[in-house]
Amino acid sequence: MQNVEAQIEALQSQIAAMDKKIPSNKISMIVFSGEMDKVLAAFVIATGAVAMGMDVVMFFTFWGTPILRDKTKKAGGKDTMGKMFGAMLPKGTPDVKLSKMNMGGMGTAMMKSLMKKKNVASLDQMMEMAEEFGVQIFVCEMSMDLMGFKREEMIDYSGLSYCGVATFLEQANDSRIQLFI
Amino acid sequence: MSEEIRIEKVMDLKGLPCPMPILKVNKGIKEVEVGQVIEVWSTDPGSLSDFPSWARTRGHEILKTDQNGEVTKFYIKRLV
Repeated sequence: MQNVEAQIEALQSQIAAMDKKIPSNKISMIVFSGEMDKVLAAFVIATGAVAMGMDVVMFFTFWGTPILRDKTKKAGGKDTMGKMFGAMLPKGTPDVKLSKMNMGGMGTAMMKSLMKKKNVASLDQMMEMAEEFGVQIFVCEMSMDLMGFKREEMIDYSGLSYCGVATFLEQANDSRIQLFI
Repeated sequence: MSEEIRIEKVMDLKGLPCPMPILKVNKGIKEVEVGQVIEVWSTDPGSLSDFPSWARTRGHEILKTDQNGEVTKFYIKRLV
């Protein structure tokens, strides 16, 4: 009898351990790219995933980081390199270009007008919806530092915070889907 | 003979491309009670594949799909 109880106990702890291994109904995305088409795809997947009942976390790093700058905000106290990067990199969604067929900005302008004509949501609209849906955004602290971005020049987004690689890995480990865009 | 489906709410999503139909319908279904039916109009060809995927994942039932020209009408019952 005692033997059976011990066995049940062992089984219960095994089940508890297995439960921990089952990832949440969550999708983790790394947004590494900074081009309009790629980031738009990331937000279409993010908002779609919420509709499918999933939690969504997006990690912005390297060229994805400038997308989250706010064109209307200014940040002081930058060194020369920071100022250079700040001037050369896109300042938020209005500055982003297509990854292909940009043609000196003409392609991007044409794509934007085509999207409007065909009722396709703009990057700004998608980001607004993502915020409304509770999509969490993490920004890579190392990219911020490297490019000299300050927190006060980033967009107002209710689910935005700053992190390092461990935060992403913890979230990715607990996600059913992981994407690198 | 055929039982009349009682429609609680009609959503006109004509002209909206992906991903809007799914985002809107996911919001709209929450505005009716469990067991009630919504009627959704979509012109997005992707909806024919997307609505069943969404319904299966969220546990809702598509009672009927009427395709008439460009517009497809979906009758979706909220189950959860």
